[in-house]
This record gives sequence, C-alpha cells and structure tokens, in this order.
Amino acid sequence: MSSAALETKQQVAELGEKYKYGFVTDIEMERAPKGLNEDTVRFISGKKGEPEWMLEWRLGAFRRWVSMKEPTWSKVHYPSIDYQDAYYFAAPKNQPKKQSLDEVDPKLLETYNKLGIPLSEQMALAGVAVDAVFDSVSVATTFKEKLNEAGVIFCPISEAIRDYPELVRKYLGTVVPVTDNFFATLNSAVFSDGTFVYVPKGVRCPMELSTYFRINASETGQFERTLIVADEGAYVSYLEGCTAPKRDENQLHAAVVELVALDHAEIKYSTVQNWYPGDEDGKGGIYNFVTKRGDCRGARSKISWTQVETGSAITWKYPSCILRGDESVGEFYSIAIANNFQQADTGTKMIHLGRNTRSRIISKGISAGRAQNTYRGLVSVYGKADNARNFTQCDSLLIGSECGAHTVPYIESRNPSARVEHEATTSKIAEDQLFYCLQRGLGQEEAVALIVNGFCKEVLQQLPMEFAVEAQKLVGISLEGSVG
Amino acid sequence: MLEIKNLHVAVDGKDILRGLSLRVDAGEVHAIMGPNGSGKSTLSYVLAGRAGYEITEGSIRYRGKDLAALAPEERAAEGIFLAMQYPVEIPGVTTMMFLKSAINAQRRARGETELDAVAILKAVRKKAATLNVSEEMLKRALNVGFSGGEKKRLEILQMALFEPRLAILDETDSGLDIDALRLVAEGVNSMRAPGRAMLLITHYQRLLDYIVPDRVHVLAKGRIVAEGGKELALELEAKGYEQIIRDAA
Repeated sequence: MSSAALETKQQVAELGEKYKYGFVTDIEMERAPKGLNEDTVRFISGKKGEPEWMLEWRLGAFRRWVSMKEPTWSKVHYPSIDYQDAYYFAAPKNQPKKQSLDEVDPKLLETYNKLGIPLSEQMALAGVAVDAVFDSVSVATTFKEKLNEAGVIFCPISEAIRDYPELVRKYLGTVVPVTDNFFATLNSAVFSDGTFVYVPKGVRCPMELSTYFRINASETGQFERTLIVADEGAYVSYLEGCTAPKRDENQLHAAVVELVALDHAEIKYSTVQNWYPGDEDGKGGIYNFVTKRGDCRGARSKISWTQVETGSAITWKYPSCILRGDESVGEFYSIAIANNFQQADTGTKMIHLGRNTRSRIISKGISAGRAQNTYRGLVSVYGKADNARNFTQCDSLLIGSECGAHTVPYIESRNPSARVEHEATTSKIAEDQLFYCLQRGLGQEEAVALIVNGFCKEVLQQLPMEFAVEAQKLVGISLEGSVG
Repeated sequence: MLEIKNLHVAVDGKDILRGLSLRVDAGEVHAIMGPNGSGKSTLSYVLAGRAGYEITEGSIRYRGKDLAALAPEERAAEGIFLAMQYPVEIPGVTTMMFLKSAINAQRRARGETELDAVAILKAVRKKAATLNVSEEMLKRALNVGFSGGEKKRLEILQMALFEPRLAILDETDSGLDIDALRLVAEGVNSMRAPGRAMLLITHYQRLLDYIVPDRVHVLAKGRIVAEGGKELALELEAKGYEQIIRDAA
C-alpha cells in the first residue's frame, strides 16, 4: 500500500479511536442512557424541544420497530448488532473548537490538500471555528440572504419541525413510511437531526445546496433524516456529504432521505460517501444502512440520484424513485467502489405507476482486494403505467482475482406496453492497459485511477463540476494499493 | 546510449532471447529484422520493462545505468519510448486527457514543473497537425474505435511530444497503407537527431525504404545472426530469412 493511502487510513483510525474514548468518558451532559426504549425516544424528543405530534410520531415508529426483524436478504455479512448496547443521543461535540489550522493534525490537512478541498472548507471539516480565522461567515450570510429572497427554506430538520410544522407534517414519512423497513423505522424513532429543504412553486433554487454551508449538519451523528420538497415547477440540486475522510465513531449509520417532486418539479440529489471503510484486514469501519427514496408525485416531474460510494465497511442502500406522476422521469447514476474487505450491496428501485414514465439506471461497480460488490435493482411496471420505459446498464470492473462482482436485477412488468432493457458487462483491468500507461510514464496507481475514472465517466459527468473533480481524485485514493 | 550484452530473457519459463548483444549509440538508427517468433517483440518489451519478461542472464545498460533496476515508468521518464505494435484502448479517457497525464507524470518524475492544460493543448496541436491527427481524435477516448493508421499516427504523435532519447518502434509499419506509411515515416525522420537513438523493429524491408537505418541486425532464435549496413535489408528481401540465417551459420 502506498504511503498516502496508509496515512489516510491511519489518520482516520486514530481520530476514530480518540473520538470513541472521548465518547465514553468526556461527555457528561446531553447523553441519553444506554439502550433503546420509549424513554430514550422521549429523551431525544425532549432535548430537541419537539411538539407533541412529533413525539407521538416517533413513539409510533418505536413501537413498530420493536416487532420488526433485521433484514437478511442482502449479500452483506456482519456480526449481529446489539441495539441495546448503544447510545442513541449524545451531544456531538465534546471538544472545544480549535482556534486555527495550526492546531489540526497535519496528516489530516495533507489528505484534504490531496483532495484539493478549499481552505475554508478544510477548516470546517477539521472542526476549526471558521469565524475565528476566516471570513466565511460573510459567505454563509450572503448565501442565506439569497435563499431567503427566493423563498427557499434550507435548515436543520429540528429547526423546521419547530418553525415550519405544517410543511414537515404534510410531507414527513409520506415517501418512506415509518413502517417501511427495519432501519428506516429505527431512524424514525430516534433520528437526531438532518436537513430540510423546501423550494416554493416555480422557483429555481439559485445555487447548489450543500451541507458544506451548514457545518453542524455534518456532525449530526448516525441517524440523519433529510426531507426535500420541490413544489410545482421548482428545481433544486442538493449535494450530500463530503469527499474528505469523515471521522466518525459510529458503527451503524441508518439515515433516511425523502424527496418529493410535485408537478413539473425537478430534484437532483448527489452523494459522495467516503466514510471509514475499515483497515486492510477488514477491522472496523462504518455500517451504512440507508433508505433513500424519491417520489415523483406530480406530472412530468423528475428525480435524479447520483452517488459515488467509496467508503464504509458495508454499504446497503437503494436510492429509489416512485414514478407516480404521468410522464415523470427517474434516474440513478452510481459508482460503487469496494476495496480490501469492503462490502457493497447497492442499486435502485424504479417503480413505474404513471403513464409514459421513464427511468434510466447506470451503475458502475469496481471491486478490488477481497471486496464484494453487488448491484441489486428492481424495475417494476404497474398495470396503469402505459408505455413505461426503462434502460439499465450495469458494468462491473474487477481489479485482482480475489474480489467479486454480482448483478441482481429484478424486473416485474404488469403492462404489456412497457419496454425494459438491461445491459450488463464485467471486465478486468487488462495487463496490457496498465503496461501501456506505465510505458508512457504514469505510475501504477495513477494508471489505475485513470482507467477506473474512464470506466466511471458516464456517472462522473452527472456530478456538479466542482464535485466531479474531488470525486475523480477520491476514486484514485480509494483504490491506492489495489494493484501490484 | 544502449548496450546489451549476452541477454537471455524467459517468458513463462520459456527462453525467448538467448544471448543477444547489441550496441546503439546516440544519433544512430538501427533496424532489427527477423522472422516471426525470433524474439523481436520480446526485445522491445524487455527494454520497456513489461512485467513477465524475466532477464535470466546478461545485462542491459542504458546511458551507463543498469536498466533492469528501473520501473517501466522510470524508464519512460528517463527517455525510453516504445511505439507499440498494438496500442491499447482505454475507454472513457480522452486522448487529450491521456496525453496531459502522461506528459505531466514524466515531468514530475524528472523534477520539472507540470504544464497546464493550455500549454499542453498548444504543444499537442502543433505536432498533431503535421501527423494529420485531428482535433476530433484528441477528443475521443484513447484508441477506442481508431483505425489501424490512426492508432499508429497517435503513437508517433506521442513520440514527438515526449522527445525520447531512445525510441523503439515495434512493427510500426504493420497495418499501414502507403500514404499512412509515408506520413508516419516523415514523422519519424523529422525526429532524427544527434542526441537520439532509434530502434526500428520490423518484419519487412518496406519501412526501411522510408526510414533509412544506419545499421541492420538480423534476429533469429533469440540472437543476432547477421549485421550490416542498410544494404543488408535489401539482401534479406531478395534472399529471404532462411537463406540469410543459413549463410550466417
């Protein structure tokens, strides 16, 4: 393994360790007792100052969850999780804000530099109080003003529950019902915070929304809840996550993301996920069990998911589209990279309910080391979905001989006018491709990164520009040490 | 520039080169000719450092250094260029992107500053025009869907951009029609320089009508069996490999 990859891993591991111990000993306040029962749910709701209806909603979810079983159908393996042996609420910050970058671990900064992350963002990620050293506050303020003018609401969901209860009540849980699945139901009971976005009728959101501007949102812990509503004719592009290694002590992440697009509305949701994947021996790492679903509720609405998944020990996520409105469009563009002992089981569901609905799935899976990478997808055409169209393309790339790629496409059609196409390929990085690159002066790792980025191009193109550059570098970094 | 002594090379445990010796000085163009299976491509790969080509005996010295100690990418940065017989396709990576990555990787390895996209584009366009490499080719994925002639022209374009000290051209004439061959040969001839050595590896004499070598070597069964000036190539063409090899024995 190259020194760069090793450094990144060590640094993440070290930070993880430090934080874990801090979690047990340093936090006196703001912590629910260990375990999960109705009191835990009440404690969380109380801490957030939530209204009664929200508490009832959570309790309903909790009662349901108690009777549910953890799903076992995916192709991932992990030791069973003891849900009573965990904390469900703790104040995320137990360390004082650092005053300048000088106090930040230089290794961490080196990684950020390698990714080309702007200085102000580096500070935010490393937990530096941005206002103390850098003039980013004014950036954030200008940004808020601009959104206010347009009437766009963009705030922590806990704030939205207090300030816009009627909007939240109208949409929360309408795409992913509290009863949906084990992890989503758990999230509904104990979610700590997350993001709320509402774009009013006819408004094109004047900028890409990103959690970067809402620093606190990236520290909300393991049960994030996101709700994005685009009203009639509205457009919004939302970037989730960050390409820098996220230091995170939690083993289990169970987030829920709900998107609602009304008539003629469009939502573009991009994710770059690079959580701690565990070490080269498969020790540690995040379990990422996420439920993401978009509802194209209105006619001619459109929802696009783009994801670059390179982190986590286990990734279990299927960002999906319910194509309810006539002529609505769903898209899923995915890059999933699994190295060492990582396991990824990811894909999408396209549920065609309305007439003339269209969906497009482009999935690129890359496996290296001893990793297992599964694409699991469902295209379902209901009886009334006349002329539904789907195109699916799943390409897998293998690096080395000990990894695996699996494609599990399910297709259900109850309408004879539907047209569903599926293409799948599996290939290996050929020795002659590598040799060609080396002969022209590229190093081994640079060559692999170049070839893999070429393989992923169709998906990378879907990302907003500034994100795409970081994602390309990330592809290279996450495969360091995979060849030779 | 290049001194090969008693070189033995095995591939998958099978001896391919068996005691090859060769000396090429700066400013010279040498042709290596030989029948199929004589070890011509093995020679080019072992010089470029391809994995799987094991030196079991003998030595290769390049500018006074032991070549075997250098990784393939280090050899590239040190000025060794191999124009390949079958250039590979890399889907999704545009030709321009590939050229930029390669140029800057070599510059980095030599401790030079990297060039920005504009500077590289300028340099590429200038050389591309003379080799009839179109803008459109530069935007397409590397070698994907290129004709045989386009692939070879792109190899020569890379040679022109990298300005190597030692250029090895492996069957560069194969698959080219006369017009393409002339274009490629002009490109190669324009790069002849006092500080540069070239090794032309070819089966046919045809290429040598266009690129006239200083020395010709005949390779058979893993070693050089005959050497001479440019007239040796003509003799080969007239008599055939078998006769020449028999004469030499």
